[in-house]
Amino acid sequence: MKDFILDVNDLHTSFFTPAGEVRAVNGVSFKLAKGKVLGIVGESGSGKSVTAYSILRILDNPGRITQGQILFKGQDITKFSKSEMRKFRGSRISIIFQDPMTSLNPVYTVGNQLTEAIRLHTDRNRSEAWERAAEMLTLVGVNEPLKRLKQYPHELSGGMRQRVMIAMALACEPDILIADEPTTALDVTIQAQILELMQELQKKLGMSIIIITHDLGVIADMCDEIIVMYAGRVCERGTADEIFYNPCHEYTKGLLKSIPSIVGKRERLVPISGTPIDLLNMPKGCAFCERCDSAMKICLTETPEEIRMNHDHLAACWMNVAEVYKSERAGENAPAAAEVKEAEDE
Amino acid sequence: MSEHLIEVRDLKQYFPVRVGFFKSIPLKAVDGVSFTINAGETLGLVGESGCGKTTVGRSLLHLYVPTGGEVYYDGQLVTERNIQGFRKNMQMVFQDPYSSLNPRMTVSDIIGEPLDIHKLCRNSKERKDRIRELMDLVGLNTEHANRYAHEFSGGQRQRIGIARALAVNPKFIVCDEPVSALDVSIQAQIINTFEDLQAKLGIAYLFIAHDIFVVRHMSQRIAVMYLGRVVETADADEICEKPMHPYTISLMSAVPVPDPKIARSSKRIPLQGDVPSPLKMPSGCAFRTRCKYATEQCALECPKLTDRGDGHMVACHNM
Repeated sequence: MKDFILDVNDLHTSFFTPAGEVRAVNGVSFKLAKGKVLGIVGESGSGKSVTAYSILRILDNPGRITQGQILFKGQDITKFSKSEMRKFRGSRISIIFQDPMTSLNPVYTVGNQLTEAIRLHTDRNRSEAWERAAEMLTLVGVNEPLKRLKQYPHELSGGMRQRVMIAMALACEPDILIADEPTTALDVTIQAQILELMQELQKKLGMSIIIITHDLGVIADMCDEIIVMYAGRVCERGTADEIFYNPCHEYTKGLLKSIPSIVGKRERLVPISGTPIDLLNMPKGCAFCERCDSAMKICLTETPEEIRMNHDHLAACWMNVAEVYKSERAGENAPAAAEVKEAEDE
Repeated sequence: MSEHLIEVRDLKQYFPVRVGFFKSIPLKAVDGVSFTINAGETLGLVGESGCGKTTVGRSLLHLYVPTGGEVYYDGQLVTERNIQGFRKNMQMVFQDPYSSLNPRMTVSDIIGEPLDIHKLCRNSKERKDRIRELMDLVGLNTEHANRYAHEFSGGQRQRIGIARALAVNPKFIVCDEPVSALDVSIQAQIINTFEDLQAKLGIAYLFIAHDIFVVRHMSQRIAVMYLGRVVETADADEICEKPMHPYTISLMSAVPVPDPKIARSSKRIPLQGDVPSPLKMPSGCAFRTRCKYATEQCALECPKLTDRGDGHMVACHNM
């Protein structure tokens, strides 16, 4: 039995806006094993960041977790009080935000912000915290850490600021690090430095990482397991190899086909047609069916359940049910397949 | 008819930055860039943020008045005085489809504006037909002509921007990061639109982007920039497979490959440190502060682009 450190179970998060309820996360479940890297990939509005914010309960005002459990080592985070949550955040799970330019406070020095986190969660005194902060900056590869501690964020470059963010997140040795688009705002050469650093630290400290990104390259490079999200739901999950070499959901297939070939064969790209989903007007059935070329009748009316494709690969797509049905036509052991047959007969 | 459609010779663009009350020093955003683009061809321009690739596109179109150097369109020198006439042939598509369209104008106003400025339509019926034709060309629903920009998604807005650029029948378009603000699934749609238009209308592009796979897919040739200078230009496949300049080599190795097996087996060649401030450019070769092969000569002399065979131009002393 694997040791799962985080268990998200049927999470629903909604934003109650004047225009109506926006279901940003719509029944997401996943488990994170100790020392593993999980990637969440999806386009903007797919609910990947909101999932992360829900785990840390840092949702903005009209947003609320409406249903579901988030179990951290067996404790339900959603039941925590505000003060419990304050103790929990940063010490057990911490987060790196997308934009290093705006997520540091411009009126405090780097040292001030780093030691704040350390002193809040540990019983170190001021000078010990300062030492620890310098140690953390050295760990993340910032040169002249003692000088940097006295500088303000605007005196540092983007890559440096992101390193400071990582140092801050790791200062209290959390069990889980959530990286929300950690390198999107950075240049490729700096991105390579930061990714390398995260991989190194993950091995050294043995923590689990959740990486949220839309960059398939970053995902392929870093992750043991991948979750593909679309319109607030998980549409496919599996190991990196399974997702990239054997995609089973039409959205994942489309996503992989729509990126230019890396070997330079100038084949015409196959884009996913249509436009991203409007979360206020979600279709009744599969959220992707409007943009899916192989949509069937059942896709319009019924939301597909996740189906096990093989040992470590699940996909929520009716196409697979149809195929399972075809291959097991004689067996008749899949109840869902019967529904597909009816839909096809119509 | 000249050999090249666009020829840029030693383009320089300095911006004054005030450092004291009376004193200002030049920020050398673009410092001596030369290249040519043939009719119907795409030249890709890649580099990190702040390397001057957007500025090259803008000074090329005289959106900024260049500090030095010449731009030729079809053999004719483009100057500040006659640029108005050339705007009919050279257009631009901007990076951000959210801020490059006027929120108070309808789609037909936006696309029709260049038609009015250049007086390309004799009457309102002709204008209306032309707008419909352009919307059709870029894949917009012609029934949406009276909507405002905010009613469209990012990808559709970018199509409006493309239609506006196409309105005057240009022979050359500067595409400044046209897909980087879009989702991956929408990027492919816009890339295909650009390719279709090139095939149909024979337009040449200067395609500026930081995503190397997108640039490689679009371009015949690629130029790599670092701190205001071109460090390497070559055929698109050649530069991706056999980069020669130490900066290009690091840049290519740093790009995350969307393929787990290749990603696991490939080795990154990390660069040390950050990009130096363009206000305090290192002497000689600008890359020498991060280059592991740097020698004394690099500090003294700025390397020139020299041909290393088959038009593969590299600016490095240590080859």
